[in-house]
This record gives sequence, C-alpha cells and structure tokens, in this order.
Amino acid sequence: MTSATISTETVQGTTGMIRSLIRVMRSILRSKSATLGFVLVILHVLLAVLAPLIAPGNPVKNNPAAVLQLPGGPFPLGTDTLGRDILSRTLYGGQYALAVSFTATALAVLLGTIIAGLAAYYGGWVDQLITRVLDSILAVPAILAMLVVVTVFGSGPWVIVLAVVIVYTGGVTRVVRAAAMDVMPKDFITAARARGEGVVYILSREVFPNILDVVLVEFAMRASWVVLLVSSLSFLGFGANPPTPDWGLMVAENRSLMAVVPLATLAPIVFLATLIVGLNLAADGLAKSLGIDRMKEILG
Amino acid sequence: MFTRFVAPRLGWAIATIVLSTVLVFSAMQALPGDAATQILGQNATPEAVATLRRQLGLDQAPVARFVTWLGHALTGNFGTSLVSGQAVGPEVGRALLNTSFLAGVTILVGFSLAMVLGLVAGLFRDRWPDALISTVALVGMSVPEFIVATLLVLAFSITIPLFPAVVVAGQNATIGQLLPSMPLPALSLMFVAAAYIIRMMRTSVIDVMESDFVHTARLKGITTGRLVIRHVVPSAVLPTLNVVAMNIAWLIGGVVVVESIFNYPGMGSLMIRSVQSRDLPTILLITVIGAVTFVACNLLADLAATFLNPRLRYPRNSK
Repeated sequence: MTSATISTETVQGTTGMIRSLIRVMRSILRSKSATLGFVLVILHVLLAVLAPLIAPGNPVKNNPAAVLQLPGGPFPLGTDTLGRDILSRTLYGGQYALAVSFTATALAVLLGTIIAGLAAYYGGWVDQLITRVLDSILAVPAILAMLVVVTVFGSGPWVIVLAVVIVYTGGVTRVVRAAAMDVMPKDFITAARARGEGVVYILSREVFPNILDVVLVEFAMRASWVVLLVSSLSFLGFGANPPTPDWGLMVAENRSLMAVVPLATLAPIVFLATLIVGLNLAADGLAKSLGIDRMKEILG
Repeated sequence: MFTRFVAPRLGWAIATIVLSTVLVFSAMQALPGDAATQILGQNATPEAVATLRRQLGLDQAPVARFVTWLGHALTGNFGTSLVSGQAVGPEVGRALLNTSFLAGVTILVGFSLAMVLGLVAGLFRDRWPDALISTVALVGMSVPEFIVATLLVLAFSITIPLFPAVVVAGQNATIGQLLPSMPLPALSLMFVAAAYIIRMMRTSVIDVMESDFVHTARLKGITTGRLVIRHVVPSAVLPTLNVVAMNIAWLIGGVVVVESIFNYPGMGSLMIRSVQSRDLPTILLITVIGAVTFVACNLLADLAATFLNPRLRYPRNSK
C-alpha cells in the first residue's frame, strides 16, 4: 500500500509541508479518475469566474421578443419562458453554486474542526455535552433544519451559508473529533502539556497539523454534498431568489417545459452533475492519496 | 447485559430526541409574529389577537409552553394544526404511512439490488462489471434527487409515456390509489440511496476476499459459489448495515424533494407546507419522527454490530 501522508508524529516545518503536498499531488496525478475530478472542478471554477467575459448575453435580462427560442443564432442553447439566454444563465449559474457552497463548506469544516479540537482537548463532560448537542442537531432531518433556518432568517446567500453550517458542522465534528482523540494521548501532546502550553498552542501547533489529512478529505467530501443540498434548496424555492441564475432554480423554472425547450432543463443538469462528479472524484483521489478510507469517514 | 449496555444508550437516545425538539422549538420562537397573527391575518384587531393568543396558550412564556407541549406529547397528544385546526397526529400519521410505503418499496427493492450490485462489483474488482457498477454508483452519489426525478420524467412519462409524471390522487388517497404512480418516485429514491450501499458493499467484499479465512477456505477446495454465499456475504453485510441504517434515516429527509416533484402526499410535502405556514405543532411532530428514526437506526446498527462482534460488547479499559 503506497500512501503519502501529510501528517507525521512531529510537527513539520514549512518545507516539510510543501514536500508532502508535492507527494500528494503526484499521487493524485497518477490516478486517471482523480485527475479528471480536479480538471472538472477547475474547469467549473474557471467558467464561473470568466462567465462575464464568455457568456454571449445577459443572464437576467428578459426579452419578450425572443421567448422559448430553440438553439440557434444569438442563442446557442435557446431561451426560456422570459426570453433569457440559457447558455448565459447556465454559465453564470456556477457563480452562486460555487461561492455559496465553498464558503459554507469552509466555515462548517473550520468550525467543526475547532469544536472537535476543544472536545478532544478537554474531554470529560465538555466532550459529552458537545457530542450530545451535535447529535441532537444531526437528528433533525437536514432539509427540515435548513427550511426552518431559511424561514426564520429569510432567504439570501448568507442565510444559506448559515443553514449549511448548522446542518453540517455536527457531522464534521464527529469525524474530526475521532481523529483528534487518536492524537491526544501521544507523547508530544503530553510533553506540551507538561511544558505548560495553553489550549490554543496545543490545538493549533500540535493537534491540527497532525489531523490535517482528515480535515482536508472532510472538506472535499462535504463540498460535494453541500453543492447537492444547496442546489436542491434552490430547486424547492428556498435558495437562490429569482432572477438569480442558479442551476437548481433553472431546473425548477423550466422542467414543466421540458417537451418544448429541453435544453433549458438539460444544460443546468449537465453542469451541476459534472461539477459534483468532479468534486466526488477529487475527494476520492485525495482520500486515497492520503491513505484515508472514505466510506469509514462517511460513517463517522 | 441490558442494564450495562442497552439502558444507557436508550437513555441518551431519548435525551437526543427531546433536545432536538427543543432546538426546533427555539428556532421557531425567533420568527416574527406568532400563530395568532398568522391565523387572523394582518387586519385583526389587537383584542382579537390577544384573545386567540390566550386560547392557544401563547401568552405563556416559551419555556412553559414547551413543557406543556412535552407533557402532552408524552401522552400522545401532539396538539392541533394551526392551519387545518385538526389534531396533528392523524394528519401526520397519514402522511407518514404514505412515506413509509414509498420508503419501504425503496428499501426492499433498492437496497437489496444495491447489495447484489456491490457484491458483483467487489467480486469482479477492476474488471468491466466493477467499472460499470462503480460508475453508476458515482453518478448516483453525484446527482441530486431532483435531477434524477426530472430525467426519469423526461424519459418515462414524456418521451415514452409509461408512468404518470405526478400523483393526481389528493391528500387523502389510499395506498391503492397511489400505487400506479409509485414507480418514478421510488426509482428516483432508489438510485440515490443505492449509491452509498453499493460502494460500502464493494469495499467490504474486497476486504473480506483478501482476508485469511477466505484464503484458507479456498485452499480447502471450496467452490466459488459456496465461498461467496457461506463466507463472503455474511461478513461483508455487517459493515454495510451501518450505511443501510444511515440511508433509512436519510430517506426521511430525502423524500422531501422527490415528494414535492411528484406531488406525492407524504411527510416531505407536509414538511414543506407546514414550514411555509409556520405550523409549529406539525413541524414539531415531524421533528420527533425524524429524530426517532435517526436515533433508532443508529441504535439498531450499533446494537447489531455489538451483538455480532463480541469484542465490542465490553467497554475497553481506557489507558
């Protein structure tokens, strides 16, 4: 079994980190599917960032003169019921999905890692309390929790971010806590405690660098679920507000007209599916090259 | 055994369920306005609102109201819906029955199929059946339910009109009336839910096939068929049970999208409606059901793993 790991038993310097990073990158590039995954994700980020430059039209401007056009002429993929260019809406659609999902995933993983670190560091009743409260959040069906958050705070990108953080932090904490618990009894932690180092130092300098691999895989894995959930929320009418170009919203708007303008539904579907397939392949590749069993991480 | 192992877990399970209702209850308190203003509308006189508030018990402090709700809930009385004015229990019960039916079909057909596919993929590791099945599983993991449902409708009710695209039977439809429109919702759920089970089954089959006892059995000259049925399947199913349990809990939430697409009268569509109308008693009962399912599935998977693996039965002495 060949696996490159970022974590070792001692804290590494920056050069060590860079060397491990290169090793992980090499092992990812050796796998065809992982490379495909990263290429897909990078391609989607590029398309979303460059949308203003490459989109042929305005994604939100109604055009009553060109409603439900079939592909051709100025509309490479046709138009929807309001005469908006489908290709432009699809290209811009990645912006909302990527920005909201990335921010939300990053915050959930960051918060989950900190909480997990505190639970592992203090142990005892603090750990019990944290675990029980997070279990109760996990027990509320994810969609219900998100619907309640959106109803209470109103919709908007930051509310969706908040909803994702509430729903996913518990799961992240579960997985990262288990990893942190494995590190806590190690000698270098005992030594740091004996030196009289504080909780911030021990967590940030001793514990977190040694569970970085678990945290990274957790981030990659959650990202694909978050994109999926955020788009579902938009589809249900609780996410992106019209006329925001968003894939979930586009499918909801156009699916009743699938027999008339199929591309208005199929284009956002293809984009959304390729993004999530890319994220999943990338997460698989990352997990493999870091020597982490992804299915075990899912079970937490 | 019971007092040492089951009782504490059961205690924690109940605490988890109660705590999750506390969380949802508190979140709903943050909403502007309350049930009284919601029912009477914006033009109601302050006196009318005050009277209704007293009737509904909304003039009490939130903590007192939660305790009252909890007391009633423990006796099986979950209050009346703020929208229909009827008891919440039977309404949610009917929706739960419909959802359980949909979920039951998904679990029976989809999960068994997924186990078989995972087994095949694991046995044919890295050959074409594995490549095919693993690709299907990857797509299943990556495609949201609303996309699967939309594509199924495009294929099987628009292109080839085989199944209805939506359930036309109303809220009070019987299972028999719902049956003809079941295939597409059930297929959508199966596809998504099966993905993780296929993967887990494949992984555990590969693990088992490489274990010492399988090598020993082979050396003893056992046929492949017997080996798979007697040794591989029983050992590979155990770790997969965890994923199955997780998926059952997930189904309660996952049905939301599918039910709303197909207009299926179950828990999911009820959930959306009651959140939109801020019908707290209905939301709380749905929360209880969701939490009970989650906790029960986790508990069962935990207990099954423990009883099938004696090493886990006694708490290890921590260092």
